[in-house]
Amino acid sequence: MILLINTDLLVIGGGPAGMTAALKAAKKGAEVIIVERYHELGGQLIKQTHRFFGSKNEQAGTRGIDIAQGLTKEIQNMSEIKVLTEATAQGYYEDKIVTVSYQNKFRKIRAKRIIIATGASEKMMLFLNNDLPGVYGAGAIQTLMNLYGILPGKKVIMVGSGNIGLIVSYQLLQAGVEVKAVIEADSEIGGYLVHASKIRRIGVPIYTGYSVKSAIGESFVKGAEIIKLDRNWQMIAGTERFIKADTICLAVGLRPLVSLLIQADCAMAYVPELGGDVPIRDENLKTTNDQIFVAGDAAGIEEATAAMLEGEIAGLKAATEIGYLSKDAITESRRLKKELRKLRNGPISRNIRKGLSKVRGDDNVKKNRYSHLR
Amino acid sequence: MLRKTGIPTSDDLQSVTPDKERLLEGPVAIIECFNEIPCDPCFYSCPFKAIKKFSDINDKPELDYSKCTGCGNCIASCPGLAIFVVDYTKNRLSLPYEFLPLPSVGDKVWGLNRAGKSICQVEVIKVRDPDKNDKTAVISIKLPKKYLMEVRHIKVGDPNE
Amino acid sequence: MRINKHPILDFNRGKKITFQYKGQEIKAYQGETIAAALYAAGIKVLKKSNKYQRPRGLFCAIGNCASCYMAVNGIPHVKTCITKVKQDMVVEEETGKGDIID
Repeated sequence: MILLINTDLLVIGGGPAGMTAALKAAKKGAEVIIVERYHELGGQLIKQTHRFFGSKNEQAGTRGIDIAQGLTKEIQNMSEIKVLTEATAQGYYEDKIVTVSYQNKFRKIRAKRIIIATGASEKMMLFLNNDLPGVYGAGAIQTLMNLYGILPGKKVIMVGSGNIGLIVSYQLLQAGVEVKAVIEADSEIGGYLVHASKIRRIGVPIYTGYSVKSAIGESFVKGAEIIKLDRNWQMIAGTERFIKADTICLAVGLRPLVSLLIQADCAMAYVPELGGDVPIRDENLKTTNDQIFVAGDAAGIEEATAAMLEGEIAGLKAATEIGYLSKDAITESRRLKKELRKLRNGPISRNIRKGLSKVRGDDNVKKNRYSHLR
Repeated sequence: MLRKTGIPTSDDLQSVTPDKERLLEGPVAIIECFNEIPCDPCFYSCPFKAIKKFSDINDKPELDYSKCTGCGNCIASCPGLAIFVVDYTKNRLSLPYEFLPLPSVGDKVWGLNRAGKSICQVEVIKVRDPDKNDKTAVISIKLPKKYLMEVRHIKVGDPNE
Repeated sequence: MRINKHPILDFNRGKKITFQYKGQEIKAYQGETIAAALYAAGIKVLKKSNKYQRPRGLFCAIGNCASCYMAVNGIPHVKTCITKVKQDMVVEEETGKGDIID
């Protein structure tokens, strides 16, 4: 049995961007369906026990878990929003229909506008035995530890000193796990220095200019061999050292999950600053497919605060285009864009700004390099 | 160097520490926030408007030492847990703490420096964990004067464990 | 190993249930995923790679990768990291590539 559901707006992904997008559009009157793969809304927010940065007006100082809870409640209270959990969007078809597997059935959803907020997947890193159980993505560690209250191990080596690596290290310490070291290939710490200082003063060493050469163990991690890197990130032979651990946590970056966007033939651009292939879009997050918007990490890897603002901007514009006009839509959209600009204005966002300059405007529109695969 | 190790240098610290005269007057906040990141809750937390309003949210916080009373309201507001209050008149330090078990008043615990090394025993003299702090407790400790600008974390129990 | 006390989080675990893994009875809590329950029980190797028979465990735990596929109630290729565990579920290590079932 294949069911066809009609709606105004389909939001794919119920993380921070998807939630704010759905809420914004629904508040303007649009009928919204959120399709979420997991069994609850919130995306990665539901694992973030730390207080968020950003503007106090945009929930800074609030823990991620509490932001997720607040948004989820708000969504549950809106009759305009229907949430399908444990539902996976499978494909986008030429007749502008999205197929979704839900409760062991294949459904079709036809929406006037679609916002793709599918988030990101973790990057893998090349080293010997990297497939050994005990080598986990940072998100997996957060899932086990912060959602289910299960310790991933007793001694952890963290690979990557970006915000995720530093924050997850702190969360491991809070759960009572020993963090043996944070390993960073670059010559400097990647994340916010306050996060680095926070784990350093608890006694976690941060090795910059180091990488993992191999994971040691037969059927499970027993440690890692780390090695010093030269300026060009080449391993320096003879500098290996062994660190005993039962877990190697990889926090080496995220890649936007864009398969649906590619399939929908949205023009894409490879932008390393944003984590990989991302869709070309305008200031309202509209892609080159007139029906489709993007928001959050699927548009480029950034903090959740930015994702939530992007969701609002896309949701507002989508609602307007569907026909839910409101007097204040223009000023509201301007305000949101201004907030987002302010957030990205600092030196820490230099790369984001550089990346964003590559995905806007007609000059950049290249042919979807996956088009031939369709 | 801070960007390599996570440990602020003395130059870094000097830029956020008031002069000796002010230190000797009474408690004052030390905001160990050294890079420009988009964040402003500390400004809203200060009841005395001692933290300057951010003209750009990415600015580093700027504290007016003459207005700061050392009340410590800002400590738990900082998402980076980077704010401490030192009091040279009473040899006290207040710091944020998000670990279990929480120490109790009178406990002797270990004082850790910015590199995580235990450098002295300290006495817990106050534990503030109100609901509004949302699980970031503020612990005040008494310790030798020479460690007031050194100790930045505490460890309950065996320091070598 | 389960966390009982946490400085920030309260774990409101669901009802205690049991399920089967390789003929063994495993304890779990309602609401958690199969992979999480197995992990808590100390089972961290979930399958073997097809070609070289190398051990495989969790990797992403959010349903992106294929590292946690197992056969659940006879259905192959179940992403155990996003599938909730249920009373009396039969979870098996997957062998081969799985068959299409009716």
